[in-house]
Amino acid sequence: MASLTHASSAGPIRRALSRFFENGAAVVGLAILIPILVLTLTYDLWWLHKPNDIDLLAMNQGPSSAHWLGSDGVGRDIMARLLQGGRISLLVATVSMAISTFLGFFIGAIAGFAGRFVDGATMRFVDLAMTLPPVIFLLVLASIVGSGIVPTIFVISLLSWPVLSRMVRARLLELRERDFVVASRGMGAGLWHLLIRHGLPNTIDILVVYATLQVANGILLEAGLSFLGLGVTPPEASWGNMLNAARATHVLENYPWQWMFPGGALVVTVLAINFVGDGLRDAFDPRSELK
Amino acid sequence: MSQEFLLEVSRLGKDFAPVAFARGPVVRAVQDVSFNIKRGEVVGLVGESGSGKTTIGRMVAQLIEPTSGSIRFEGSETTSLTRRELRGLHARVQYIFQDPFASLSPRMTIGEILTEGLDIQRIGSRSERAAKAAQALASVDLPPDAISRYPHEFSGGQRQRIGIARALTLAPELIVADEPVSALDVSIQAQIVNLLRDLQTRLGLTMLFIAHDLAVVEYVADTVIVLYLGRIMEMAPSRELYASPQHPYTRALLSAVPSPDPSRHANRQILKGDIPSPANPPSGCVFRTRCPVAIEACASVVPPLREGGKGHFKACIRDDLH
Repeated sequence: MASLTHASSAGPIRRALSRFFENGAAVVGLAILIPILVLTLTYDLWWLHKPNDIDLLAMNQGPSSAHWLGSDGVGRDIMARLLQGGRISLLVATVSMAISTFLGFFIGAIAGFAGRFVDGATMRFVDLAMTLPPVIFLLVLASIVGSGIVPTIFVISLLSWPVLSRMVRARLLELRERDFVVASRGMGAGLWHLLIRHGLPNTIDILVVYATLQVANGILLEAGLSFLGLGVTPPEASWGNMLNAARATHVLENYPWQWMFPGGALVVTVLAINFVGDGLRDAFDPRSELK
Repeated sequence: MSQEFLLEVSRLGKDFAPVAFARGPVVRAVQDVSFNIKRGEVVGLVGESGSGKTTIGRMVAQLIEPTSGSIRFEGSETTSLTRRELRGLHARVQYIFQDPFASLSPRMTIGEILTEGLDIQRIGSRSERAAKAAQALASVDLPPDAISRYPHEFSGGQRQRIGIARALTLAPELIVADEPVSALDVSIQAQIVNLLRDLQTRLGLTMLFIAHDLAVVEYVADTVIVLYLGRIMEMAPSRELYASPQHPYTRALLSAVPSPDPSRHANRQILKGDIPSPANPPSGCVFRTRCPVAIEACASVVPPLREGGKGHFKACIRDDLH
């Protein structure tokens, strides 16, 4: 509009973000996470070693000026593998987060908005998906679809969406009876309009928090799968298979840099993401509006 | 316009059944309700909580489906429409909500709220929609800069104006106003009622005005329908109803309206007890359990709605009292 006489106040999402930046732990998490992202995404521009270059003259060497974080049993640079592994782990976690958030939202939202019959059918399906024991389900799925990056993404996505769809459904069942949604139906809105214009904005808090924590969860699941040899397969690096490669007793005892750095990177990244996720949860909590 | 009536409601009924696998009685929210609304007419629907006013309003606005009976809009039946026809009808009947705090999405700007209906109905281009929204905003006396703000920045009365503006954007032929003022401060109520009246005359709107306050209805409505426990007790032109109420329930309600004239307190009639549960309504006349003039026969027959005077209907068998 042309005649804005005064600045309009911030929308609900901008208010939530400003609360987020007042949260110390969350900002620390973000301050850890951003360098990790930048390093993993840009390392091949400034680090001279490649993750799969074998240097047989430098096997199992400790940190030095040539290999900052040391080298592994076949003389590959740990720094390069750590950063490449981070790239793969974050890629797997992010893509599987996107897929499971998408699935979780739409399945939950359709159950919540499309009426009693669809709701019943969908939710029994979700119940079924939730009752499967996760580790066994992972192992079975992984052994069916095989190992590698794409199957790992697939397996993690398929395991994670039911929790989200329950949360989304619960929120939308309540939302469905709210007057502004009834008003929207009263103007002739179809399912799609209700989902996008009302369902999505009113579950954005759930989605953001879930997505963040799901990245951390995805990193851990990927590490677990790769550690078991069912995730990302060597020679491609990932934090999980680096840990797997270093699990022999003599490696654990004699070459601690081979497991300490991937393990440390895993812990720090997951912790930072969880801080950010908690910060987002607090920021989107409607009760914090009262402060 | 060949049709005499814009809206014809006949023998409308709505039962709320318990959810699947749960035990519980069927609640008969609305039973055997018939009335017509002429184009440009304002019909007031009055009753206590639980009398089925909102249920009727929502059925008329096609928000819930009737269990029985028919609703005809401009002569065509609305209870058997296809999805597309229903969407078209939704544009012609709009609803104004009681609670101005629940009826506006907290996550949309006023502009988004006002263009939502046009969006859904795919009317006009983006700029035409914005122009219509601005026009609707002006018609409810809100400043144009409100369009980029969020509902939480407005007071209850202003939000109710926004709710009214939203109903107007689709240029509906019928507006169902569901207790549009009862959630507001008394000082604001008059403003909103005046606004609605003003809009009604200016735009020639037809309105179903739901309220539990007889004084408000008297001011707005041409015809008044008095509901009790899902049934029509009395229906008459507004002036006629207030001047000479025929049904004992209407009389009791009118005598409860505060009056500045102390002599009226003399014949004040207080209804005893509460409205019975619609899950287990009394036999015969639903009002008989609280009626001061009930006789034995009232328990055995459901009194039909009969025309007494011209256009004056009542559902009571005690003709001997007048």
